[in-house]
Amino acid sequence: MSATDDGTGGSPKPRLLEVQDLHVEFRTREATANVLNGVGYHVDEGETLAVLGESGSGKSVTAQTVMGILDTPPGFATAGTVRYRGEELLSAKEERRRELRGENMAMIFQDALSALNPVYTVGFQIAEQFRFRRGMSRKDATAKAAEMLDLVKIPNAKQRVKEFPHQFSGGMRQRAMIAMSLALDPDLLIADEPTTALDVTVQAQIMDLLDELRRERDMGLILITHDLGVVAEVADRIAVMYAGRVVEESDAESLYKRPAHPYTEGLMESIPRLDQKGEELASIKGLPPNLADIPPGCPFHPRCHRAEEECRETVPELHELRAGRHSACHFAEELISRD
Amino acid sequence: MTDPGEGRQSTLSTGADAEGVDEVRRDSPQQHEGSPEVGSKPREKQRGLWGDAWLDLRRRPLFVIGGLIVLFLLAIAAFPGLFASGDPNAQDLSLAREGPSAEAWFGYDALGRDIYTRVIHGARASIVVGVLATLLTVLIGSLVGLVAGYFGNKTDSFLARFAEIFLGLPFVLGAIVILSVFNAGIEGAPGMLRVMTQVIVTIGVLAWPISMRIMRSAAIAAKQQDYVKAAKALGASHGRIIFKHVLPNCIAPVMVYATIALGQYIGLEATLSYLGLGLQNPVVSWGMMISNSQQYIISTPHMLLFPAGFLVLTVLAFVMLGDAVRDALDPKQR
Amino acid sequence: MTEPILQVRDLVKHFPVQQGVVFKKTIGHVRAVDGVSFDLNRGETLGVVGESGCGKSTLAQVLMRLEQPTSGSALFEGADMFGKKSAAELRSLRRDMQVVLQDPYTSLNPRKTVGDIIGEPFEIHPEVAPKGDRQRRVQELLDTVGLNPEHVRRYPHQFSGGQRQRIGIARALALKPKVIVCDEPVSALDVSIQAQVMNLLGELQSEFGLSYIFIAHDLGVVRHLSDRVAVMYLGKVVETGTEDQIYEHPQHPYTQALLSSVPVPDPSLRNRRETIRLSGDVPSPASPPSGCRFRTRCWKAEDICAEQQPELAVRLDGGELAPDAEQGHPSACHFAERNEHVVS
Repeated sequence: MSATDDGTGGSPKPRLLEVQDLHVEFRTREATANVLNGVGYHVDEGETLAVLGESGSGKSVTAQTVMGILDTPPGFATAGTVRYRGEELLSAKEERRRELRGENMAMIFQDALSALNPVYTVGFQIAEQFRFRRGMSRKDATAKAAEMLDLVKIPNAKQRVKEFPHQFSGGMRQRAMIAMSLALDPDLLIADEPTTALDVTVQAQIMDLLDELRRERDMGLILITHDLGVVAEVADRIAVMYAGRVVEESDAESLYKRPAHPYTEGLMESIPRLDQKGEELASIKGLPPNLADIPPGCPFHPRCHRAEEECRETVPELHELRAGRHSACHFAEELISRD
Repeated sequence: MTDPGEGRQSTLSTGADAEGVDEVRRDSPQQHEGSPEVGSKPREKQRGLWGDAWLDLRRRPLFVIGGLIVLFLLAIAAFPGLFASGDPNAQDLSLAREGPSAEAWFGYDALGRDIYTRVIHGARASIVVGVLATLLTVLIGSLVGLVAGYFGNKTDSFLARFAEIFLGLPFVLGAIVILSVFNAGIEGAPGMLRVMTQVIVTIGVLAWPISMRIMRSAAIAAKQQDYVKAAKALGASHGRIIFKHVLPNCIAPVMVYATIALGQYIGLEATLSYLGLGLQNPVVSWGMMISNSQQYIISTPHMLLFPAGFLVLTVLAFVMLGDAVRDALDPKQR
Repeated sequence: MTEPILQVRDLVKHFPVQQGVVFKKTIGHVRAVDGVSFDLNRGETLGVVGESGCGKSTLAQVLMRLEQPTSGSALFEGADMFGKKSAAELRSLRRDMQVVLQDPYTSLNPRKTVGDIIGEPFEIHPEVAPKGDRQRRVQELLDTVGLNPEHVRRYPHQFSGGQRQRIGIARALALKPKVIVCDEPVSALDVSIQAQVMNLLGELQSEFGLSYIFIAHDLGVVRHLSDRVAVMYLGKVVETGTEDQIYEHPQHPYTQALLSSVPVPDPSLRNRRETIRLSGDVPSPASPPSGCRFRTRCWKAEDICAEQQPELAVRLDGGELAPDAEQGHPSACHFAERNEHVVS
């Protein structure tokens, strides 16, 4: 089922995170939505995995489950495993998970303004972690906080630790968020749409910063986004999600060159390009499925132009096509070998 | 992401959303895409919000039960003679503070009057004062609140400050001043109709700012929505925007307040009576009965229990109605 | 060449920044739109791009007369839009210019049925369609935008984001306008849905001969739909030209940086592209820099940029004003220079 059984084979780097066959349900009074239906991916040390998908694909829910911050109810992880350096997390005690958060894995969010508490200074919020988890004095912690702000290239860091979130611009706030998440030196950073709320020129700065920090610290980075452009610029590997499943997983270059799933292909064709003016965009017809009532067979078949009888009946498993290339399409072999 | 069923939470696909469940609600009708859905014939006449709400209401048990109770209470208020034949003011001191029995279901009060008969006859004053005072405060308050919230700026500053004057007056003091002025120079006890009107107007004048503030903040939120912008771009008049777009999206909080205020006003009427400013004997009202029972709460609890029970029932019925109407007016709740 | 349908000249919109509760004191102005001029030809799409705070949305609001301009003029089919107008003139202007807003969730009144929403224009302008005809017109419109005409009695929350945006488009089309101002119409939508809506906008334009002012922050989206493009920065147009001129031969450093910042969906170009990275954020429009507004983030800035505001004019490489205005396209930089390599 999972794409992660052997991964890239003789991977030189140790495995940091491995998610296998993860199922999550959202239960409400009216219905139960199958938000995740067997998600699997893995991240190695120092690697950037991009999780690509549209709203409702389950990319954020997977990340929240990994971090252990999924709201329960309505969300319930019903099956699957999440392993951090081999340690099973879903069954771990809440205390252990809290210990891992911040220290080993951290997360940044799209909306940095609401992720920062408006009544405390930015410096205080960063320093808090040093004080409570490292037992530093207030003064030392504030000095460390300034160092962190400096690390994320906020000019005049010594002054700016004393400022409040609303005094920061959008880009600066996201930098502060990054500083806060990296304070305890985690080796896995999950960035959930970190630049979606930012302007392009600022987005470029933030992506450069994230990439640089990942390289310096040999950190694993999970980048959750819907932006195919951003993914192409930083990702080592890509997992494409649709209706709570990983439908394609591959190294970045081959995925863009030749997508092995019709959904990925459709996505690529529906982005308006900057470097050419197309006539009509090839859009994917229809809508993503209702997660409380996912169609039988391949969840993508109602929107797929090459769907056949088989697709309506059998769920295609994510299987390996070439080294490091996985697809959950019955016709993946055809897609990948055509030219 | 506390309530993923709530619909969307912010503009872009917020990553931290419970995206999945969001989709469930939003997209559920699309399963029938392309095929005519049962019950919506293409040529069926459009009913709009109120029509749809009415259809929906008739199917709600909360509405039906609440409605039946209200109808029952209104019938009592209109024709008390049908429910109790005796004279509410007939006294027999030998029966004073007798408990409930087969002859007098609710027992007798401190002056030996039949509580059942009094409760039935008291319904009229209490319900009329409660309902009309609520309507008056909510109407004045909502209208002023809508205007203040929608137009903002100087209009808002002026109306808000004006409302604060009334809000600043202690209620009882204000009522004493108003009612004494009204009744200055009148000999003897004024008639029931006159006193009721005065009480209703007094409550209306002193209490409207509360619903005004509720409406005002709802209107401020509603007018910033893009659909108001779109309506302006179409050339819609202020009146149209206020009544078609802003008002329907502001009703809910005021409605909740109104159902609670109703009970409060019935009680206020009693306060005024107690102070000698409201209704006086021989007129009966629940509020007066409740306030008369205060010295006997321990010794004769049924004096309090029965009128208070009817008051609670009335408030409950209106709360049920209000809740049902509020939900019916919200398409997402249907 | 025929007369442009819309001519905008030196449009200015300043919002006062006020302090105080009862006695408000104006302590400054947000210069949201600060002297914008452009022409819109019939059947053409003018794309307006820029980052947040550049004034593009305010521009839309002023053009839609949702806000009064501080100064400046606009001629719609040769007639002044902003002067003292009679109610009748304003109404006919409303019919000719319509708007599609960004957020498909708040732009539709949640308590009205789709039929009521799309039918509202007919109620406000009863002369457009007789009463008995409205239901049919509404269903026709639903069909035009690709929705099931039988869904007139549904409420907005029963539709997905893309479908709601179609409802918003149907409402804008109802009065058969000549110009539609699209204020970020696809930026709240998912990629696959975004493409559907963009295709729809394209089809409607050729079917009804519409002119669009298409405002967006996504440069790819703008290029896809626009014939001509205006790039805005802090309330001013810094460069304008045909889609090809702006994307293939950008002259203004800001345009170049903007194009260069857009990630290209092709990993094989990674680290091979020449990239321009701006530092810092956009300054506050309440206190824009003196002279050229872009100078604080510009790598070419010299003393003259702080002193002298560069005007929007056709320039040669190096920034001198071109003697022959027919060659090239206008940009507002003292050191304008073509750079053909920013887009892959």
